[in-house]
Amino acid sequence: MDERPQAFSPRMETPLPIDLQRRGFLQRSALDGTSLFLSQRLLTAGNPEGSNVALATVPQVAIEKVAVRLRINGSNYGLRLDPRVSLLDLLREQLNLTGTKKGCNHGQCGACTVIIDGRRVNSCLALAVIHDGSEITTVEGLASGDQLHPLQTAFIKHEGFQCGYCTSGQLCSAVAMLHEVEQGTVSHVTEDVRKPGRVPLTDDEIRERMSGNICRCGAYPGIVSAIREASVSMKGVSNSR
Amino acid sequence: MKPFAYTRATNSQSAVDAILRDQTSKFIAGGTNLIDLMKEDIEQPRHLVDINRLELTRIEQFQGGVRLGALAHNSDTANHQLVREHYPLVTQAILAGASAQLRNAATNGGNLMQRTRCYYFYDLAMPCNKREPGSGCGALEGFNRIHAIFGASDQCIATHPSDLCVALVALDAVVNVEGPDGQRSIPFRDFHRLPGTTPEIDTNLKRAELITSIDLPATSSAFARHSYYLKVRDRASYAFALVSVAVALELQDGTIKQARIALGGVAHKPWRVKEAEAVLTGNRPDERTLRRAAEAAMQGARGYQHNRFKIELGKRAIVRAVTVATGEGRAV
Repeated sequence: MDERPQAFSPRMETPLPIDLQRRGFLQRSALDGTSLFLSQRLLTAGNPEGSNVALATVPQVAIEKVAVRLRINGSNYGLRLDPRVSLLDLLREQLNLTGTKKGCNHGQCGACTVIIDGRRVNSCLALAVIHDGSEITTVEGLASGDQLHPLQTAFIKHEGFQCGYCTSGQLCSAVAMLHEVEQGTVSHVTEDVRKPGRVPLTDDEIRERMSGNICRCGAYPGIVSAIREASVSMKGVSNSR
Repeated sequence: MKPFAYTRATNSQSAVDAILRDQTSKFIAGGTNLIDLMKEDIEQPRHLVDINRLELTRIEQFQGGVRLGALAHNSDTANHQLVREHYPLVTQAILAGASAQLRNAATNGGNLMQRTRCYYFYDLAMPCNKREPGSGCGALEGFNRIHAIFGASDQCIATHPSDLCVALVALDAVVNVEGPDGQRSIPFRDFHRLPGTTPEIDTNLKRAELITSIDLPATSSAFARHSYYLKVRDRASYAFALVSVAVALELQDGTIKQARIALGGVAHKPWRVKEAEAVLTGNRPDERTLRRAAEAAMQGARGYQHNRFKIELGKRAIVRAVTVATGEGRAV
């Protein structure tokens, strides 16, 4: 990855402690982006470690920030992070990549699925500091300009969503899943795991391999159809993006 | 989440030393369980030692068997050709657990170190001797549907949640660790412990010991053609076991030459049932023999108010799993 130091935005230079981010999140519902930005700058002015005693909820133990470099959707980021920050919160609260959604925040729903170094993971259970040096793809990185990823097109065509909250996680998960299939991986429903070679992607295989992504609207039939169609149209082309 | 200091270890020795120096520290690898517990303040380490940069990710042949690196991801382990071909039970067990996303992050060593999924362990408003020794057990007379029927104590009836560990105990795996006193190997059956009066202690690891690898012995590859992991749960995928059965058989002319059976979801540790293995050994796998083996396996089981169903369920699951392992039944 590119090791050049990056130009930071002020907010990246001094990420706020988590409780301030929550405060910011609440403010965001009432204030527009500019005033939020200013209010956070005022709160942290002359106080880069966020240890202002007036903010009673700031933890007593001094938190040592950790330098982290990430490449996200092709852009490099140089950050100094509170080690508690999950990759999910980093994306949403500090980098404004809000396509990745927070559902359960416990690794049970899959809404936060992103692709780290080619593998799908739950970003809510990933401490950002642990992934220093990684290449990350979020839903914002799937399309090429106005050209949607074949899975995005298929999800629209087959109505693979209703409210859409789980969709970015479903998409990232499905992109990586099709890559896993191409690599010859087996699943819980594969008849004979000893047999090498590519496993035919039946609907049962799709359902099992996508079981880490919950859709409470119940758009599963559309999701399965979309993935089935995209898997055919994408066959032979690199789908790991 | 409580604040913590963060250190990246560069080798096993420095990782062990970092843990030794600070009693409140913990290793972190995939983090799929520990981070979740830290979010709820159930675990509150003041120092995390990140071991992800250690070179413990290899899966390779070792003394005729296979050595699984402690930091190999569950997904890579399940899909490694050596594992699929010689120890398919391991592949099946891993793929029966969690989701693809979690298996991509979770490591083999971390799988062994998972904490229980007992509801009372997770609920800070409830008593739990495992979370807070001396506070009592909410599950003993509470909602104990998912709890243990073997080896429980009056302090704790939690179960160990792993699927992989059930396969590993059936296959006589060995856990290799490195600690302040050097390296040692622990037979898998001795790795986890029963709750007794100290349910806060899940394993027999000593302070600052680091799991470096897990060995699958050469002799256990004899079961490759006839093994099966059956998991019974509340939904078809992505749920913890109510009861699971790992079966590994070696058949000769239709007779069971060797058998290994272990159960998950029934005890504080993966539960090997040698009594059932003895019933099967030397016999043909007919229905009567299978049922006798199942009865033998469940001897000594003790049901509580909401989990008595596990005793009959366990018997039927054993019959079913052995039937599939012999090649007679279709996988479910």
